Amino acid sequence: MRVTKDLVAASATPMVLGILVEGDSYGYAILRRINELSGGELDWTEGLLYPLLHRLERLGHVESSWQSVTGERRRKYYRITDSGLAELAEQRRQWDTVVDALKEIWLGSGDSRPLTLIPLGGRA
Amino acid sequence: MTALDGQDELEAQFAQWRHYVERRPELQQSDAEELEDHLRGSVDELLAAGLRADEAFLVAVKRMGSLDDLSREFAREHSERLWKQLVLTEVDSPVADGRSRRDLLAMIICVAGAAVSIKVPALFGLDFEQDGVFYALNAGVLALPWLAAFLAWRRQATTALMAVLAALFGVGAVAANIYPLGEESQSLVLTTIHLPIALWLVVGLAYVADDVRAPRRRMDFIRFTGEWFVYYVLIALGGGVLTAFTVGTFEAIGISPENFIAQWLVPCGAAGAVVVAGWLVEAKQSVVENIAPVLTRLFTPLFTAALLAFLVALVVTTAGIDVEREALILFDLLLVVVLGLLLYSISARDPLAPPSLFDKLQLALVVSALVIDVLVLVAITGRISEYGTTPNKAAALGENIILLANLAWSAWLLLSLVRRRTPFAKLEHWQTNYLPVYAAWAWIVVLVFPPLFDYL
Repeated sequence: MRVTKDLVAASATPMVLGILVEGDSYGYAILRRINELSGGELDWTEGLLYPLLHRLERLGHVESSWQSVTGERRRKYYRITDSGLAELAEQRRQWDTVVDALKEIWLGSGDSRPLTLIPLGGRA
Repeated sequence: MTALDGQDELEAQFAQWRHYVERRPELQQSDAEELEDHLRGSVDELLAAGLRADEAFLVAVKRMGSLDDLSREFAREHSERLWKQLVLTEVDSPVADGRSRRDLLAMIICVAGAAVSIKVPALFGLDFEQDGVFYALNAGVLALPWLAAFLAWRRQATTALMAVLAALFGVGAVAANIYPLGEESQSLVLTTIHLPIALWLVVGLAYVADDVRAPRRRMDFIRFTGEWFVYYVLIALGGGVLTAFTVGTFEAIGISPENFIAQWLVPCGAAGAVVVAGWLVEAKQSVVENIAPVLTRLFTPLFTAALLAFLVALVVTTAGIDVEREALILFDLLLVVVLGLLLYSISARDPLAPPSLFDKLQLALVVSALVIDVLVLVAITGRISEYGTTPNKAAALGENIILLANLAWSAWLLLSLVRRRTPFAKLEHWQTNYLPVYAAWAWIVVLVFPPLFDYL
């Protein structure tokens, strides 16, 4: 099972901001962390991650700084800002609403039908 | 040993990859660096997992996905990058920063110099409005040395070349002022037209200062001329708007700024813009697509159609060309336009591209211009032998012959090009080698014509 592109895109911002709350990080590490968290089910690409990081930076939700690592290499680290934290809180509130509503439908009280009865693959 | 080889090979692959990334307009230097760091992280992990260096690189690149997709995603976030901006001073790289800042400073000095030069004659009682003749003759002498100075400084011209430039401008200044030309004399008009051309080619000498003989540099100067002209016209339009608003707003509060505008804003602005336009072309060379070749592409088919229609009409009506006083000048200008269309499409053409439909169109344009011009020449030589010659006629005729010679040989080279007999470079060399001919002729008209025709 792979999560659809739309869903990945919709959850991208809270995902990245959430990871940055854990501590400053850089592109490759963020991508690794996402993989780790989703067990490889979230299909993130560099083309999604870096433009998103740049957009968050433009909006002021994250800050970036270049730090040198081994030898000649420089690495661009991102850090979440106060405005990023506020944005994350807002996104979290919205996601909680969506997730709660979905849980209510699928697992809520009064609905005793087991999940397997929901036709998953059309008429098959 | 092998591990070291693998490392070298890996670095070479990274270098190549970086080269590909940096060619993408959507991806900037900092993006390339960030993506490279990502790629290296990916490669390191794969190496740790036991892959060989080349395998690890391949897998890592493959995982990153195609550069096309990546660029597209970047372009969605950074759409402004595709509208190439004219960055007056680079922020990112310290080397380019110092360079463009020094350029800016030199430009400001030269602009100030040009503006002051235009006002220096006022110290000797000359007035911009009343002594129009003096200013018409000396406009080039006063403003162009500053553009040449800016370019020569930028190219780090040798002292010898600097001396040559100064001497040529000195000759120009002498030629403009030494001859007793009456206000109504034809020579006055001729000098007013030809001296700026001669001096512009001196500016060209400053432009090619770093490599005087290289055809490529001369072609660059032709490109520079076209772009400079476009910028100058645009600056002039902007200056017109500025003037209109200055007049309007100050008159609204009862102050008439006309004297300030006529005495200071217009002359100093016009002189300063000469340098500013040159600096803009230098600064943005690679930033924006050159506009002169674009205009050429648009107008070559239209001019070809117009000339062919004229030829057809001439044949159908069997009316001879009426050779009025202005006719020769009109056809001279026509040849100049055709030559300009030819030059600016040459300047933008890929030298290695095979002959295309556009080259054939150009051949048609040049040939029809030649045919028309020969008809005019036949008509006019009769006139000259009948009534004797004047400076105007001699100059117009001389120019016609110079342009005709250029276009005739160009037509021949174009024909060979279309028939795949000669490479495009020949046409390019012919045009760049011809530049000194224009310079020589312009100087002859300025220096020799007035005494030759008794200052008529």
